[in-house]
Amino acid sequence: MSVEQPDIDLFQTMINRALEQEVAPWYEQWEEAGEIPRQLWNILGQAGMLGIDMPEAYGGAGAAFEISQLAIEEIARQGYGGLASGYNIHANIVMPYILHLGSEAQKQRYLPAMASGEVLGAIAMTEPGAGSDLAAMRTSAEKVPGGWRINGAKVFITNGLHADLVIVCAKTDPKAGARGVSLFLVDASLPGFSRGKGIAKIGQHASDTAELFFQDLVVPEELLLGEAGRGFAYLMQELPRERLGVGAQAVGASEGALALTLEYVQERRAFGQRVADFQNTRFKLAEARARLDMARAYLNQCMDRYHRGDMTATDAAVLKLMLTEMQCDIANDCLQLFGGYGYTREYPISRFFVDARVQTIYAGTSEIMKEVIARSMLGKA
Amino acid sequence: MSEPVDQEELSLFRDSVIRALETEVAPHYEAWEQEGIVPRQLWQTLGQAGMLCVDVPEECGGCGAPFQYSVVVSEEMSRMGFGALSTNVMVHSDIVAPYISHLANEEQKQRWLPGMVSGDLVGAIAMTEPGAGSDLQAMRTSAVKDGGDYILNGSKTFITNGQHADMVIVAARTDPAAGARGISLFLVDTTLPGFSRGRNLDKIGQHSGDTSELFFSDMRVPSSALLGEEGQGFVYLMQELPRERLVIGALGVAAARGSLDMTIAYAQERELFGQKLAQLQNTRFEIARMETDYRVNKAFVDQCIRQYEAGELDAPTASMAKYSATEMQCRVADGCLQLFGGYGYTSEYPISRNFVDARVQRIYGGTSEVMKEIIARSVLGKV
Repeated sequence: MSVEQPDIDLFQTMINRALEQEVAPWYEQWEEAGEIPRQLWNILGQAGMLGIDMPEAYGGAGAAFEISQLAIEEIARQGYGGLASGYNIHANIVMPYILHLGSEAQKQRYLPAMASGEVLGAIAMTEPGAGSDLAAMRTSAEKVPGGWRINGAKVFITNGLHADLVIVCAKTDPKAGARGVSLFLVDASLPGFSRGKGIAKIGQHASDTAELFFQDLVVPEELLLGEAGRGFAYLMQELPRERLGVGAQAVGASEGALALTLEYVQERRAFGQRVADFQNTRFKLAEARARLDMARAYLNQCMDRYHRGDMTATDAAVLKLMLTEMQCDIANDCLQLFGGYGYTREYPISRFFVDARVQTIYAGTSEIMKEVIARSMLGKA
Repeated sequence: MSEPVDQEELSLFRDSVIRALETEVAPHYEAWEQEGIVPRQLWQTLGQAGMLCVDVPEECGGCGAPFQYSVVVSEEMSRMGFGALSTNVMVHSDIVAPYISHLANEEQKQRWLPGMVSGDLVGAIAMTEPGAGSDLQAMRTSAVKDGGDYILNGSKTFITNGQHADMVIVAARTDPAAGARGISLFLVDTTLPGFSRGRNLDKIGQHSGDTSELFFSDMRVPSSALLGEEGQGFVYLMQELPRERLVIGALGVAAARGSLDMTIAYAQERELFGQKLAQLQNTRFEIARMETDYRVNKAFVDQCIRQYEAGELDAPTASMAKYSATEMQCRVADGCLQLFGGYGYTSEYPISRNFVDARVQRIYGGTSEVMKEIIARSVLGKV
């Protein structure tokens, strides 16, 4: 699928304007506060930034997926790593889950409200005892008349503090292993739903990350997402898109870190010359540029495959592994070129560094990515 | 230069340091990290516990212990995950106090050292300037002779202990035309008019580490504050830098031990995919890689400590210790954090603090790049 340049330019302008007016002046404050005001989601919705590639019938802009990726990349490039994660979850994971798996009634009920920012989405897979090991999931959903009763706890839930709607993965059949997992659209206002306090992190401070608890929470039957017992298959099916989003975030953040550094080294003098004139600087930045260009080419190739419907789980794992590791390396090398300033919060490069670190962990760690890739070649151990 | 250190006695001292840190620091450290500074009172507490400037001679209020004892104090702080505190104390005990012990006259020693040992006085050293970073020759702060005094003007940045310091060793230009030979050191009393502190800089780690800008505006300093001889500042810096760099390396080694210990414990306890994290081959190989990395660096740093005690540690070797050990520290913190998964990114798990605290070790006290240049010069000469 090709996207017309005028479309790209139009959206680029819109995205930049929204970030410049609605995010830039306050982002520091949000980092300090450890959360983004709930109101921002309504503002982003009004600006047309939520559900960019959702059909117009569901309140979206009906634009290409590339444009949605562009938004994530731009948010990350400008150094709003925490916002990028929250945005990615809402617009690039939760909304597509509903679009792809939801019933007509579910789509009508949630997508327009998510596009306007009235409803904020989150997805709850990870559990305290399980981490990336989804098969060890313990949260249960027991059939009761008219619905399902959910009990359990989830952790590291991005947007957890403000979410109005949470896609919860729970075991509907404890004996069926991966086939016993189902997905539910859980309204956060239901009795039995509670949130822990925000989890303090070393970076992405503005992104709220919380524990969620479900105690005898009854979800009506009509809010089962897709079919019972198919949850694991759905997760697998949606992973490519999720990882494309993380990939766009990695490329955007790396571009942003590199741009900041290019500017700094040409201006800063040390030992009687510009930092940019030291061979070490030149080679470090050349490496960054080369890795970024390779990464973007792979990302683009994956985007093409995604459109053709043949992007595999292995492609997604290669993408996430290489791009997020690259992002951490580039942020690390760039910070070093700033010397002591790079360690202070006053210089945004320091935020790029700490924000990057979780990218090789969430949405499946680098080790999980390697296992996925290894299985494609060697089978299961 | 000195007798071999009795390792058994040293280990008794280490135990007493650990006990003191467990009582006086561990219960409060989180709160200090939140506040962005340690309480001023902590210095007196550490002084009373006999943990400050322990190698200062007895006649100056110290206990005249060997250098290794002093290293043990900051090492244990670093190993126990108090990165910012270890930096604060290292600057005070292992940088500022030795400058005075080695270069000061008797009157200066008596004026400053007993208070530094007791914690009544906090020391800092101000070399780095906003425009210069590791490039000491580009220093602009000036000290102009005026009768029997010097008038100081300029500013310094990234000064550890800047907020609490009662005395700052300031490097300033006394002869603008003389390049490196025009720099002198002053023992500056921070109560004198013309001295001011900027805010405590906000960093991504070492949050309770007090790091500040300092300003000198027509600050009149008596000539009795001159440390050593005028114009010899650069020579003194070169002479003292090996110790600073060695201790930073030792902190790196100790911090890596702390990271490894907590990760090994976690890996043996955490269940994943139906087995202990410690049973997965990747975990085993990562721990093996990091343990090796740690031990090789520890051996080198230990060797450098013995060389320093024998008066034989040269600048390139000290630079190797700092460069290698701090890079190792960052690799280990990074690799360990990864094994904690999502928990490693949360402030609740101390490995996350080790990760962010480590990052500046490759920067302060001369960046890794400056270390490489010093090492390269010893091999290849100047460009």
